[in-house]
Order: sequence, then structure tokens, then C-alpha cells
Amino acid sequence: MHPSTPQFKSNSRTALADPQLQRALSGLPTGLVAQRAAARERLPEFEPLRDVGRDVRNHALANLDSYLEAYEAKAKSEGAQVHWASTAAEARAIILDICRQADARLVTKGKSMISEEIALNAHLIEAGLEVVETDLGEYILQIRDEAPSHIVAPVIHLTQDQVEADFRRVHTGLAPDRVLEHPAQLVDEARTLLRDKFISADVGITGANFLIAETGSSIIVTNEGNGDLTQSLAKVHVVLASIDKVLPTLEDAATVLRLLARSATGQEITSYTTFSTGPRRAGDPDGPKAYHVVLLDNGRSELLAGPLREVLRCIRCAACMNHCPVYNAVGGHAYGWVYPGPIGAVMTPALIGIKKGGNLPNASTFCGRCEAVCPMKIPLPKLMRHWREVEFETGDLPAMYRRSLKAWAFLARRPRLYHLANRFAAPILATLGGSKRHIRKLPFVGAWTRHRDLAAPQGRTFQQLWAEAQKGAPR
Amino acid sequence: MTSNAARERILAKIRGGLGHADDSADERREAARGYITAHDRHLIPARASLPRPELIAQFKGFLEGQAATVVVVEGPSAVPGAVARYLADSKLPPRIRSGVDPWLAALPWSEAASLVVLKGPADPADTAGLSHAQAGIGETGTLVLASGADNPVTLTFLPETHVIVVAEDDIVGCMEDAFDLVRARFGTGQLPRTLNLVSGASRTADIGGRIVIGAHGPRRLAVVIVRDARGT
Repeated sequence: MHPSTPQFKSNSRTALADPQLQRALSGLPTGLVAQRAAARERLPEFEPLRDVGRDVRNHALANLDSYLEAYEAKAKSEGAQVHWASTAAEARAIILDICRQADARLVTKGKSMISEEIALNAHLIEAGLEVVETDLGEYILQIRDEAPSHIVAPVIHLTQDQVEADFRRVHTGLAPDRVLEHPAQLVDEARTLLRDKFISADVGITGANFLIAETGSSIIVTNEGNGDLTQSLAKVHVVLASIDKVLPTLEDAATVLRLLARSATGQEITSYTTFSTGPRRAGDPDGPKAYHVVLLDNGRSELLAGPLREVLRCIRCAACMNHCPVYNAVGGHAYGWVYPGPIGAVMTPALIGIKKGGNLPNASTFCGRCEAVCPMKIPLPKLMRHWREVEFETGDLPAMYRRSLKAWAFLARRPRLYHLANRFAAPILATLGGSKRHIRKLPFVGAWTRHRDLAAPQGRTFQQLWAEAQKGAPR
Repeated sequence: MTSNAARERILAKIRGGLGHADDSADERREAARGYITAHDRHLIPARASLPRPELIAQFKGFLEGQAATVVVVEGPSAVPGAVARYLADSKLPPRIRSGVDPWLAALPWSEAASLVVLKGPADPADTAGLSHAQAGIGETGTLVLASGADNPVTLTFLPETHVIVVAEDDIVGCMEDAFDLVRARFGTGQLPRTLNLVSGASRTADIGGRIVIGAHGPRRLAVVIVRDARGT
């Protein structure tokens, strides 16, 4: 996927002016956000569980080499074929090779964000394979030739009418006058069409929410059941997982699972949580004949080594984007690459470089809601601030922006000058604010005041008021 | 780069990144093994240790909240009748497929004369699948299924209707309790090829954020809780 992240600003303008997108996004506060809040209310231990979850993931990451080795040894002893890939290109080549070895023609896929990250579909299709996304949302994206705009609800940017139009456009074998008024009718249509694909697939590819070192298992967490049909009915099951997904024990998994569904969709637990260990066994009447796991690094080991390590605790629940005012305003596509929202603002510069991804850590008000809801307590604003510092230091900033920051830094480091400037500015801003104390337009910051008013100060600075209060206060 | 070279490179980068000296690897491997062997439990919500009647009620409540039908029967001999009745009430053909689970096989199926019980993994033409759960989890309303010839995994996902039978005595408090039951049966560190945690019917909210039951997996989930399953 070619990143349009450098065009974040124009992407955002387009998104803000798109009524269909705005209508689709307007459901977030009463949907996923409210559902998470209700789930949190129902479980008194939710907040303490976040601390435990953070500690569990920290322990796994601090000993990642040992647990990856333990996972690999156990998975192999259960008949898994484990492959390691440093880069996206290596992972693509390994998976294509597995497909060729299996003489595959049809590949079904469960939802996997890292398959988006490595642009797997395009690679397999180019090699002549038929690739079918089976998650309903991903299937809709595939027929629209679009990327997901959300990591849990991939078509959150679409309204029902748009999906109906796509189905009528693509499913040409069906009666043109059929009724598709209710979402259930659309779901049924896709369900019927995808059944045959599940059954005749040669290779089924899924992601992994977690890998368990204790048992050598991969876990998928789903509601639709498509991931399970993908992996149970194909002759070969390929699991694509990044190296940070490993957890030591089943007990660790239980803890993290208590946080995942609640944070993502507000469910106590999803309809299906599946632990898969190796291929079909002697006496098994079903299941894949071969089971491969592709362990992908693609930049994770660098993140582990640096100041962004904490981002690797992420369990991809999407609570951060659901609660983000920027994501709520512009949606996921504006971010221009695979991971949108606050998690994307931290991951994207790491994966495609700060030069291309630098807009994203700047697209934050630092309101802190992302950190407040993150089940793994990832300090997302702090990590975005890190990228802003890197961007400033490496000199990839527009000259005007750099000069403004430098001027501000000059002032901020000289307290007397700073107070003087404030004392000068406060009464002017107060006058501009008028009786309503709101400034609707201000020279040089037009982009800011175009979308909101600036609250005007009262006319005197805090320092002045403080000094007066001290003078008047009894000793 | 070959997969093996990539493996060495990735592990070396991780060790370097974590700041571990090469000669500490054995010690750290040992510590990791110790952590896995201990598999200590973490914080378990209080709702997992409710008194039995409340725990069972909670189990039922969560399942019903996820679009499942829950039926309670007094004893194993009542299971075939309950399954036949559920299929009839749902206007489904009197046919269901199960694996060769010995406990299910020992039930008096002949008493539900109209019901045909097919054996083996799911066929795309099957309308209903029948499984016997290893355990139920009261904390979340979850059924724990172990794949194999006894309970083929395709029965859980392919037919439009799935009926799961669980002994009331096998309903435990939390996921960790269920894992201990699985360890007791399969051995520590061993899982069946797939361990399936099922907590409702298949569903999606992908279209307009509205929940639709019956995405790709079963449209209907029925759970039969069997009281006094081992008493007679």
C-alpha cells in the first residue's frame, strides 16, 4: 500500500467535507465508545486489570527472545512449520512459496492487519492466485479496492447505502430487483457467496491476536466465524503474526483477553476465541493438513530497543482511535496508511519513516483520551511527542514552522521576557475577545481559528494576579 | 535471506535491543521456563467465584445476551428430547450431526424417534451440528470445545445451527479454571488441535454498525445444560 500520509492535511480537508463519511463516523460516540463504557461499568476489576495487563505484556516483551524460542520449540513439537521473516518482502515470499508448494489456486483470508502492512494480497494476486477476504468488512473493502479505515471495524467509513450499491454493482449474477433494505439481507448475500470459497480454498491465511509459548498455539479472536472457517476448511493454514504477539502462558492470555473485547466492542468476550495448535492430528476428521506460522519482525525489534518500546504492548483493540477527536473528525483513510488513530501516529513513522509519517504525531491535540482508555496503558501522547522531537531534530520541518518553534523556545527559556510578552499580549487579546471573551479570527493562526474560537484571557496574566494576591495575603 | 538466517538476525536484534549479554541467554531461558511451568494466575474478577446457583444464572444470562437459546434439562436422558424439541421449535429438519463423543453416544437417542443423528465432520449440506463441551465458563457465558473425532471442529462453524451440550457440573468460574480442566485431560502444556471458546452465535456489526446475527458461522446457538449429568 502506497502511503498517502504525507498528504494528511489535504486528506483531512477532503474528509471533513465528505458528508457521507461524516455521517458514517457520527455513530462512533454512541456505538463503540458507549459500548466500551458500559462493559467497563459492568466489571469492577476493569481498571486494576489494565495494570495487570500492562505488566503481563511488559514481562513478555522484556524476555521476548526467550519466549519466542519457547513458543517456536513447542509449536514445532506439535507439528507446526515456523518461518521467520525480517521484512515484509521476506514474509510475502515465504507465504507465496507455501502457496506454490501446496499447488494453491484459491486462498481465503481472515482479517489480519499485518497482511495489510506487508501488502500481501497484491503480491499473491500478481502471482496468479485468487485471494478472497472473508471477514465481511474486508470483503466489502476488497470489492471496493479500498484499505481498511479502522483496525477492528474496517468499513466504519461506509454507510449501509454504499455497501448496497457495491453489492448491486459486483454481484451481477443475482436478481437486480432483489430487496437489500436491511443489513441482514446484505450479510446473507455475502454469506452465501463466500460459503463456496471457504469450502474450496487451498490455503487459508489468518492473523494471530496472540501466540502462546506454553502450548505453541496461535489465537484468533472473532465474532463472525469466518476466521475459523478459513483455517478449518482449507488444506493448509498459514498464520501470519508479528514477533511481539507472544505471551508466555494461558493465564497471561486470559488476563489480556478480559481487556481486549471489552475495550474493542464492549463485549464481555467475543463470540469466538480459538486456540490453534499444529495441523490435523491422527484420528482428526477435519482441520488443515499443514499448519505454518510466519513470524514477522518488520521493525518491531528496533522499536523494542528504543524509547518507543511501550507501543509493542498494543493488543489492537482500537479504543484509542474510537476515543480520538482527530480520528472522529477525519476517519482512518486520512492517516494514509495501515494503522490510523493514535496507535497509527506512533506506529506509522516507525514503519514508513518519519519523513513520510511525520504528519501523524502532529495530528493530535494531546487531549490524552487515548492513553486514558488504552487497556495496556500505553502512553501514546508521550510517544507522539517523541516523534515530534525526532522530526524537529532531523530537520524535516517546514522553515516557517521551525522558525516559529525556535522563536517560542527562545521566549520560553527566558522567564522575564516571557512574562513581559504575556503582559503585553493579554490586554490586547482581552480587547479582541470583547464581552463574550471569544476571538473568532486572529492573524497568523487563521487555520486554527477557522474551526474554533480562541478563548480570550481576562486582561491580566496569572503572574500579575498571583503577585497581587501574595502582597495582600496575611503573612 | 533464508528463514533460518532471519531467525538468528531477529533474535540477535531482540537481545541487543533488550541489552542482554550473549552469555546470559541460558539463564534467561531457564527463568522463562520457570515462569511457564508455574503458569501463575493473575487478577480474577469476583464474579467468577459467585455461589453456584448465581454463577449458573450468570452463565445463562450472558449467553442469552449473545443471542443464544439456553435449555436446562434434568439428567442426560432428557437431552435427545430437548434437542428434537429445539429443532422442531426452530422449524428445522429433524437431523443433526455429531462426532463420536462417547458421552453423547451413550444418550438414549432412540427415545427421540423422529430425530436422525448423523456422524462425522460437518458436510456443507448439514443443517445442524451437535457438540459436547469440555466446560462452561460462568464468568462470561462461554463454552469450551476440544476438537477431534469426538467433536469435530467443523460442526462448530459450518452448519447454520449449533447445539452444544454441557454438564452443569462442568460449568466452572473463570477461563483459568477451564484451562486447568483441559490440562488435566490433555496434559500440562498440551491443547487439543483447536480449543474453541464459543460465547454466542456468529455476528457482525460491519454494516452501518448494526449488529446482525449469523455472519459466517451459525445463525443459531442452543446450549443444553444437563443437571445431574453423572448422577445416574
